[in-house]
Order: sequence, then C-alpha cells, then structure tokens
Amino acid sequence: MNASTPIPLKATVARPARLNRARLLRGALPGVSLAVLLVVIFVMQPRAMSYMGMNLMFNLAVPIALATIAQMLIITVNDLDLSLGSFISFVACVCATVLNQHPLLGCLALVGCVAAYALLGALIHLRKLPSIVVTLGMSFIWMGGAILLLPAPGGTAPQWLQAIVRYKTPLLPFAIFVCIALALVVHLFLMRSTLGVVLRGAGGNPIAVAKAGWSLLRIKVSLYALAGTFGVLAGLFLVGLTTSADASIALRYTLLSIAGVILGGGEFVGGRVSPIGAVLGALTLVLAGSLLSFLHISPDWQIGAQGAILILVLALRAFVNRLEAQP
Amino acid sequence: MMTARTALSRVNSKPWLWSFLAALMIWLATVIFTGGMGGGSLLSSALSFSAFFVIVGIGQMFVITTGPGNIDLSIPANIALSGAVGMKLMNEQADLIWLGVGAVVCLGVLLGCANYALIRVLRIPPIIATLSASFLLQSTAIAYGRSVRIQPPELFYNFCTGNVLGVPYLAISVVVLAVIMGYVLARTRYGRWAVAIGQNARAAELAGGRVGRVRFATYVLSAVFASLCGVLLAGFSGGASLSMGEEYLLASIAVVVIGGTSVGGGFSNVPGIWGAALFLYLLVSMLNTFGASAGVRLILTGLIIIAVITAVSGRSSARAV
Amino acid sequence: MSTIQRALVTFKGTSKSFGAVRALNNVDLSFHAGECLGLIGHNGAGKSTLMQVLAGTLAADTGTMQVEGRDLRASYNVQLARQHGIRCVFQELSLCPNLSIAENTRLMSPAIRGFGWRREARARVLACLDEIFPGHGIDPDDTVADLSIGKRQMVEIARAFVQVDEPLNLVILDEPTSSLDARVAEQLLRFVRRFVAKGGSIVLISHILAEMLGTCDRIAVMRDGGVVDIRPAKDFDHASLVECMGSAAKAAAERKPFASKRLQGTAVISQQPPRQRDGRTVDAHAGEIVGLAGLAGHGQSQWLIQVLRRCVATGQGAALVAGDRQTDGVFPLWSIAENITVSSLGQLRRGALIDPEAEQAMAEQWRQRMSIRTPDMANPILSLSGGNQQKALFARALASSSSVILMDDPMRGVDVNTKREVYSIIAEEAARGRTFIWYTTELEELDHCDHVYVFRDGQAVLDLPRNQLSEEQILRCSFEEQLV
Repeated sequence: MNASTPIPLKATVARPARLNRARLLRGALPGVSLAVLLVVIFVMQPRAMSYMGMNLMFNLAVPIALATIAQMLIITVNDLDLSLGSFISFVACVCATVLNQHPLLGCLALVGCVAAYALLGALIHLRKLPSIVVTLGMSFIWMGGAILLLPAPGGTAPQWLQAIVRYKTPLLPFAIFVCIALALVVHLFLMRSTLGVVLRGAGGNPIAVAKAGWSLLRIKVSLYALAGTFGVLAGLFLVGLTTSADASIALRYTLLSIAGVILGGGEFVGGRVSPIGAVLGALTLVLAGSLLSFLHISPDWQIGAQGAILILVLALRAFVNRLEAQP
Repeated sequence: MMTARTALSRVNSKPWLWSFLAALMIWLATVIFTGGMGGGSLLSSALSFSAFFVIVGIGQMFVITTGPGNIDLSIPANIALSGAVGMKLMNEQADLIWLGVGAVVCLGVLLGCANYALIRVLRIPPIIATLSASFLLQSTAIAYGRSVRIQPPELFYNFCTGNVLGVPYLAISVVVLAVIMGYVLARTRYGRWAVAIGQNARAAELAGGRVGRVRFATYVLSAVFASLCGVLLAGFSGGASLSMGEEYLLASIAVVVIGGTSVGGGFSNVPGIWGAALFLYLLVSMLNTFGASAGVRLILTGLIIIAVITAVSGRSSARAV
Repeated sequence: MSTIQRALVTFKGTSKSFGAVRALNNVDLSFHAGECLGLIGHNGAGKSTLMQVLAGTLAADTGTMQVEGRDLRASYNVQLARQHGIRCVFQELSLCPNLSIAENTRLMSPAIRGFGWRREARARVLACLDEIFPGHGIDPDDTVADLSIGKRQMVEIARAFVQVDEPLNLVILDEPTSSLDARVAEQLLRFVRRFVAKGGSIVLISHILAEMLGTCDRIAVMRDGGVVDIRPAKDFDHASLVECMGSAAKAAAERKPFASKRLQGTAVISQQPPRQRDGRTVDAHAGEIVGLAGLAGHGQSQWLIQVLRRCVATGQGAALVAGDRQTDGVFPLWSIAENITVSSLGQLRRGALIDPEAEQAMAEQWRQRMSIRTPDMANPILSLSGGNQQKALFARALASSSSVILMDDPMRGVDVNTKREVYSIIAEEAARGRTFIWYTTELEELDHCDHVYVFRDGQAVLDLPRNQLSEEQILRCSFEEQLV
C-alpha cells in the first residue's frame, strides 16, 4: 500500500425526521396518558381539583411510586422481582411493631432487609439463577415473616413517621413534591451520571461490561440493594399513611410496580428503563383507580377496568412503536 | 453391578429424578414422624391434590418453553371462571356433564386466543398481557358467579374424588395425560419447534419454524388445561368458589421449575412436573404434621424452593458446556 | 517498511489449557512497536486464545510474559493490560445497545468522569471516528441499537483508540473488517499503517489473505496452539500462507468452464428487491448458484429473508444458512444432531411421532458428508469450533428437502479450509439441481457463482453471468455516485 491518506465516504443522510418524531411520542406517552387521565378526572369531579382532593388521590401514589422505582432497578439488569409486594408488607409489619417499640432494633431490622436484598442479588448472579423463581421463593419467606410478626392486622406506626408523611406543603400536596423529587433524583442518578451508565450497561450487554473490567457482581448487588432501600422506603411511607399494618397490605404492589415500569416505557430486557416514566406510570395507575371510583363502576368490574386501561395504554404504545419501526 | 458413581451420573442426566427422590424422602420423613400411620392415605391425597398442580403445570411448562418472558399469569382467574361456568352448565345433572366440560374447553380456547392476540397484535409482553386478561376474567367470574353455589353432578363428583385401590381416578387420568404430553414435547414436530423457539426464536423462524403458530398453540393449550383444571377442581371441592385458583399461579411456576425445566425456555421435561407437584404437596403436609405454624410453614417453603433452584440451575448450565 | 523498534510484549513458552484441550502450546512470540503483526491460522489454532491472554481476559498457565522488561504473567489482567497500553477489539461486538455511543465510550474509559463527562466522551469518540473513518456520518449521541452492524463495528474500533489517561501502545484487531464493506475496510487498513508509522503496534487477525499481505509487516502462522512460521509479509503469498496453515484440505475445485443454467426453463425464484425502481427482478434458476454482491447492508440480507418468508408461505420450500450464527442460527442448548435435523423433521416421522433412529442416521450421514470434527453427534453444539458450527448450519439447510438454499454471508470469519470443503459441497448439490442464492461480502467467492447481482441501496443495479464478471465492474457499480 502506498498512499496512506484516508478515503472519504460520501456522508450518509441525516436520520429521517419521522424517526425523531416517533421517538418523541414514545417518550411523551407516559406523561400524555397521565395528563389525559387528570383532565378526565377533573372534568368529572371538579372538587378533586382542590388541595384536599389531590392529597387524597395522590397519597397512596408515593409508596407505589417508590415500589415502581425499586422494580425498575431490578428490571434494569434484566431481572424481575415477584416478591416486592410481600417485602413491602413485611417492612410495614416491622415498622408497625418492632420499629415502634424498639427503635434501634427496628432500624437494624430494616438495614438487615436491605442486606438481604443485596445477598439475593449476589446469589442470583453467582449461581445464574432465574430471578422470577428465586423472588417467588423469597415472597414466601417475607410473607411468613410478616405473618409471624402480625398474625392479624394491627400494630401502630411510629409517631414521627406519621408526622413526616402528613407534612403540609404549600400549593401542592407533599406527595406530589415527593414524587417529583423521586423522579428527578433517580433520573439524574441512573440516566445522567457515570455510575448510572455502568449500571444500565450491565443490563444492555453484561458480557461487554465485564470485559471492560467492571464487576458484574458488584453492579447486581448494588442494584438489588438500592431496590431493597426503595422497598423499605415504600413500606415506611405506606405504614405512615395507614398507621397500622397487616401481612398482606401491599401484595398487589408486585404487579402494580411491574405495570408501572412498563407503562413508563421500560422494557423487560435490554436495560432500557426510564425513571421519570416509571414514576409517571405509577401515578397513572393510581389515578386510574381513582377514576374508576368516580365513574361509579361497580366494584365487580373495577379490577377488569384496570386491566382494560392497561391494555389500552399498551396498545397505544404498540402503535407508536410501529411508527418508529418503519424504515 | 452399578457403582455409586454411575448411578449418580445416571440420575444427574435426568433432571426430573431429583424431584421424585425429594418427594420420596419427605414422604418417608413424615411417615417416620407419625410412626408409620396414614402413609397410604397421605400418598393417596398427595396424588389427588398434585394432579391439579400437574394439569396447570404442563400448560405453564409449554408456555415457558417457548422462550424467555413467556408465562401465563391468567391461570388463577381462568380456574375460577371455568369452575363457575362448568358447574352452572352442568346444573347438577349427569347428562349435562359433557356440556359443562365442552363449554369449559371452548372457554379455554377462546381465552388462549385472546391472550395470544394481546401478545402478538398489540405487542404486549406476555406477563402483562396475561395479567390484564386475568383482571378481566376475574371481574367476569365475580359477576357471573354471584349466584348460589351450585354443586357438581354426583357422577362427576364421584369421578373427581373416587379411587381404585387407593389411587384416585383423577391421578390416573392425569398420569396418562402427562405421558401423552411428554411424547408431544419430545417426539412431535410441534414439541420440537416449541423447544427450538425457546432457545432462539429468530433462528427457529429462519430454520423454517412457524413461530407464531407454535406460540399460539401453546397459549391455547395452557388456557385449555387451566380451564379443565378449574372444572375438575370445582367437581373435587363440591362446587366452585372465587378464590379457587389463587395458589395455582405460584404453584404452576414452582412445579415447572423444580421439575427441571429452564425458566429461560428451551429445556423442558414433563415427568419432573409430577415429581415436583408431589414434593410440594408432601412438603406442606409434612410441615403441618410437625406442627409448624403458618408463618414458619411459609418461610420453610420459600427456603426450600430457593435451595432447590440453586441446586437445579447449577446443573442445567453444565449441560451447555 | 518502518524499522522495527523495541519489543513491547514478549511471550516465551506460554501455554494454556482448558481441561483436556491444549489451546496454547509453548508459544514464543514478541510484539514490537511501530509494526503491524499479522496472526493467521484456522479455527482452533489458538489465535483468539493468545489474544485473550495478551489482552488480559484470560490467564496463561505457564511461560513468561515480558511487558516492558518485567514478567507480568502472574498478576496480569485487563486493568494491568490497559495500564500498559494494550487494548483489544474483539470479533464479538462489545457495545451496550441501550446506551449511546458517548456513554459506551465512558464505559470503556472510566477516566472520563465528573461534570461535563458527556461532552468530553462525545468529543473524544467523534475525534477518533473522524480520524479513522472520515465521512462516517455517525452521531455520538445515537443509541447503539439504532446503528447498522457495520456502523457498530466502526464505533467499536474507534472507541478502542480513544486515549484519555492510559497509554495507547498496542491494539489487537480480531477480524475487524468482518462487518465492514470494502471501502470502510480499506479506510481502516490505511489507518493501521498510519498508526504503526507513528510508533504504535497493531496485531491484526483476519481470514482475508489479501488484507494480511497488504497491511502487515510480519505474519505469524499458528497451528494447533503454536506458532509454526513467522516471516516478513513480503516473503509470503496466498499459496504459501495456506500451505503453512496446512491441514489436509481437499484440492480446490478446478475452475469449471462456464455453462449458463438459464437456457433451460423458467426461474425457480424471481423476486423484486423491495426498493427496486426499474422492475428488474433477481432470478435464480434450477441448479444455479446466484451471487449477491455489493456493499454490506445494502438490502441483500433483507431480500433473502423476504424470499424465505414468501417461499415458506407459498409452500415452495427454502432453507437459509445464517451468517451470524449466534443470533440467527445455533440452538445453544441442543446437541449437534438436533441442530441439524430440526429443519427436516417431516422426513423423519414414523406416523405422528419422530423416529429417533432415523434422526441419528441423518445426523451421522451429514457428519461424514460435511466432515464435522466431533467424536459424537450427541455432544452439545457449542462444543464445536466456529467453523464446524457453521458446517452444522449448512448441513441443516442441505438436509432439508428444500430445493432452494439461501446463504446470508455464512463464510464470514470462517477458516480457509472449511470454506474449501463447503464450496465443493455447494458445487455438488448445484449439479444435482439445487438452487443456491449466495450473499457474500468477499469478492473472491463470487468466482463460484454462475450469475451475480450487485446490490446498492436496496435494489439490484447490475446483473452479470460469471463469464462477464470483473472485480472492477462490481466495485464500480457498488459506488455509483450519480443516481439516475
């Protein structure tokens, strides 16, 4: 070879505008569906527009949003946590009993819960276990622990916890500020920071990340520990709201959190998640529940209606995805 | 003369043997604890109850085989609705039994089609699709089943609860079903393609497999089996109830995995489902016999599931070496 | 030729075993600054293992590894390698598809951190892309999943040359051009020469002999885990290189005189590429080998899959041999026999069930026909080397009753001897009346085809029978600037 000057290629055309528009739509879908729900609710029930009304509607949003973030962190690394609901119930029971009576012991127990999650992540990684089934087994364990602590509903949430949860903020309810803060903090951490890049990369191509010298074990353990932390926070907030606990108080959070992540644009595999979308998805689900009661839908059909809403939103997303996929 | 090592390696090559061994050990432990009493009746009731787990387990296994992420979460709601529909149509009359069973099978086919339509047409992940479907089914079951608790016809009840020499008719039928489905998995084109799709769906399509059709068939199969389980369970329990199917979701997945099927798809077996079902039932009754409280029972069940999975997974990754 | 400077890394007596398999056997080799060293050998020769040891992802069992004067074998790992300026671009792509190119760059270079890291990562990777592949048209904020495989490879390579805080002394390129089309590959090879001229060191592994002979200063030939010959590149030619790699290959088929298969009858396949504007169809006649040429990613694979789908839908029967065997071909949990028979299950039936004896017989028959090197067809398919896995995929397609065989660049990254074995089988089958449609990115493979279509931008722009073929014409057609 004689000359070593590079041969220029003809520059490829810019990415078609259609692709950009579809991607924008996809990112906006969780927000849009939430906005539509809000509008519909306010139209139907103008009184919900008040501070008190919004407080009532969004209160339960915080523990569900926290649970959704926890689930999202697990989904980031291509796993699924089917024990989240029973874990949060267990945490709620611990708060209503041990934390109230022996604060130090209670704190230790909660730290132990996070450690248990970290250990779980290590086990799943080291033995290459399927997370669905392992978390299934864990759900039995958390459930059993909750039943041992509170065989029947009872217990009392610590006073300081109840006080924090009922903090009155100007303009919008505390719950909304918490949700916004949650979404922003997790977004900055996971999507904009260098550490977040590594964590998400482990979901996209774990072999490559390992070859680049990062420890997959540490990544998985960190994500699980973080998920456990958010689960503990969810349990704390929940029991602060309800003031007492029982062993099955948060069982539905498992499937709600998964639905929230998916509604928010996340995907089960590939490390494609969106923290802001996840929080929006959780809020959407909570509002959907409120909407159903405003519509005076017979309780028989409320569950079915939730399923229908889920299908509708996902059908919309499939439609948007099809737009995006057209070459 | 078989040495210990060759015996061990032969057992190792068949992953489902472990579940049977474990079931046997638990049965022995229970019998020893009770001083040899009731071993036979324990086995009989184990076969009875396990049969239901096996029916849904087979359906769930086929769904899980077709690839990571494929799972049927609509089983519990399906069981509840099918039980209610079946009982209502049979209306306590023996000559309407076939109407009830037939209608329930049709319901299963419809549900399977609906599940697959959600997954394929709307591109919804199977977990969410079957979950949403189960929400809708549950509402339907609640609305439909509000009427008085209808009992099964006597003939049907006798079939579901009767036995010959201590072995329940139901268990025998389900063993036959398992044998047939085992052949379907290993020796029919449908079964072969299902396993191929579970390992690499794109390669399966490029190799000439009809991925859509096979997946569609598995979802219909799973729904039909769950429906059958529902109507049989209603017959067994003397009537349908709304919470009938609750424990079957976790149970259907647990028996599949403990039986040696890979949750990621592409590696499955049918005999293990029977072993795992027996193991789970005997485990719960052993804990009951030992007097463990509900909380302790749950914790132990969970620990054992995790322990088994840890042992099982180590093996299936070794096969791929 | 640039003067050889100091040795950066020297292997002496290096060995590595995986259980009973001796992957590296007493290797003595040194890598010098200012030199491009070529490493060649067929699958199983030990090239990839040696490179993994050099890059730090594998630890050698014995021997010494002198890096800048000190023996580092005992403590060597990826971090240590990078600290000494040794980096690697592997055959399997190692980008995270869910991240952007800039984020992927950060993943590789932890030193890019703190406020404004994104801007820095963006700038650095863009600078490398511009230097190696001018006119690339890639935006560092693109998500990798949205890029074509050729562009991903370009990003992969550019990322390896990003220098932040660690030195950049030696870069291992393992089959770097396998996903690149001819023009981009040439840009890369020219960059290799510039890099080496400035004092860097490159280790180039490629199965394209012309690349090796034209780019490398020295070439080391490996066989069975050891280096059997090492000479300056100018002392080698195609024939001597292949001879050195020396396994008993069947003699290359004599170039047959061209006999057109188009005189008899109608086409077996006749389909228009999706973006075809002038109504031309791509045709294949019975017993013909049709080649698809042109730059990579210009619609050839898509057209093949379109043909496959239409044939399956109309029941005509077509089989595809995948090029990317991990994503498109291999069933990793199955045995070799199961992988081969999966497309022929209909033929193996006795009644409603598949007959296990017939299945075993078919597997054995194809083991012999394709010379698949394995003691037992019931072994897992992943126990085979890459080339043998590719043979198994061929066997799958040929075993089926399809009369049309579609090939999606299946010889990419496969060793020369396997290729020769497969070419002769293709010729045999074509003589029996089977139709082959062969998409290939290597121009010399077109010599085996009866008729060639050149693809550009999703349409067929030229078709020629073999006796009118010329490499220059094909290249020219692949690059026409002016559209009609």
